[in-house]
Amino acid sequence: MTDQAYNFAYLDEQTKRMIRRAILKGIAVPGYQVPFASREMPMPYGWGTGGVQVMAACLVPEDRLKVIDQGADDTTNAVSIRKFFARTAGVAVTEHTTEATVIQTRHRIPETPLKPGQILVYQVPIPEPLRFLEPRETETRKMHELEEYGLMHVKLYEDIARHGQIATSYAYPVKVESRYVMDPSPIPKFDNPKLSGNPAIQLFGAGREQRIYAVPPWTEVVSLDFDDHSFHASKAPHDCDLCGSSHSYLDEVITDDQGGRMFVCSDTDFCEGRRARGMKGRLWAPEPEAAE
Amino acid sequence: MNAPRQNDALEGGFTEAPVQSARAFRDVLEAMARPGTIRRVSGALPPAPLSVAAGVVLLTLCDGTTPLHLAGSIDRPALRDWVAFHIGAPLVGAEGAAFALGRWEDLQPVSRFRIGQPDYPDRSATLIVECDRLTNHGPSLTGPGIETATWLNLPETAAFRANRARFPLGFDTIFTAGDRIAGLPRSTRVEAI
Repeated sequence: MTDQAYNFAYLDEQTKRMIRRAILKGIAVPGYQVPFASREMPMPYGWGTGGVQVMAACLVPEDRLKVIDQGADDTTNAVSIRKFFARTAGVAVTEHTTEATVIQTRHRIPETPLKPGQILVYQVPIPEPLRFLEPRETETRKMHELEEYGLMHVKLYEDIARHGQIATSYAYPVKVESRYVMDPSPIPKFDNPKLSGNPAIQLFGAGREQRIYAVPPWTEVVSLDFDDHSFHASKAPHDCDLCGSSHSYLDEVITDDQGGRMFVCSDTDFCEGRRARGMKGRLWAPEPEAAE
Repeated sequence: MNAPRQNDALEGGFTEAPVQSARAFRDVLEAMARPGTIRRVSGALPPAPLSVAAGVVLLTLCDGTTPLHLAGSIDRPALRDWVAFHIGAPLVGAEGAAFALGRWEDLQPVSRFRIGQPDYPDRSATLIVECDRLTNHGPSLTGPGIETATWLNLPETAAFRANRARFPLGFDTIFTAGDRIAGLPRSTRVEAI
């Protein structure tokens, strides 16, 4: 039930209107970071204060909420945000991507393709893709205004000069609708192709940095690359050891101090769904130690 | 709510603002994110001749921090009183408005409205355009939020093509008719067919 000590979805109406106006401007200018008057939330910066504020502005009582942290539904961050909105907005919750109407995510896009009508809200630590190349906000703002993104290509080129390939593996910069370079939040670059032409609305909230930006449905999002060093959505060259999937993003788990390791799907709902349908990986067994 | 009152300006607002504005915003968001889709909203009953949909959009997005321009025939004492009581938005001329409300012909010339600054394109006006009806027949729309193409009965195409040509600057438009709304952000490309 809704906790009546708070307004619906925690934030007051004036704050939600302010956030809603910022979201609409973000939708109208895809990839542009709209400044907003971020509020203090009852959780520390870095735990998704931006995503939570965007979510509070979007939630309706009929929603079914899913929250993931690095793909997992059962980690501290995901559980606490899910409980927060179950309590303050009275919304139903789920762990299944297909059943959710709104999904808040920290650093992953679910493996199961999203549908029209769903909203994916990203938690963003540093929204400015040029920030580590140019620390001054006045300068990065001017660079976005002038579409001056040469510095980003220099950074990617230096990757190639040093490592022989583009070594950036997460928060890989993208260009939205051939205009704004955008930080897709620290998702693995494996997820970058899912940003483009996605039927769901994608909203990005950065609480500490006070920015909101958006990618509307069916919007072109291109990962930056070079003609002779094209973008490659990389993942660990293994199959999931639990469900056997060969096309999902994998986490490496150290299992002992003898060099033993296993690879498992980062998306727990996807992995459990496959196992429920009878698909098995190398190490999937009723007694995990018996399999080794 | 149902009891007759001395002053109609006190009537017609949201009866359960947090939940009604949340539902209304989701419809406005979907309308803006998917240009050309026509959605139905409810919850407001503004004084005539303002539509339910325009009233819902005002209640959902406007407050004391958003200068509002009432254009032409819509600018009547009854509406001014309603806005003052329910929304509290300062009423201003077209040049300073964050939101502008009126029929398309009353909003002319639309070049008066704020289109944002090159470094802050978000500082632009949102036009709420009252229409007689909304249908998916008319100029074709393409761009972000549209899978292939869609159609909407826009009042004209030239102004929206000029608006798109200034991208990322430009105003954004919400069309309202009865209890229907449709969105047309500046990112949408418009072609007369």
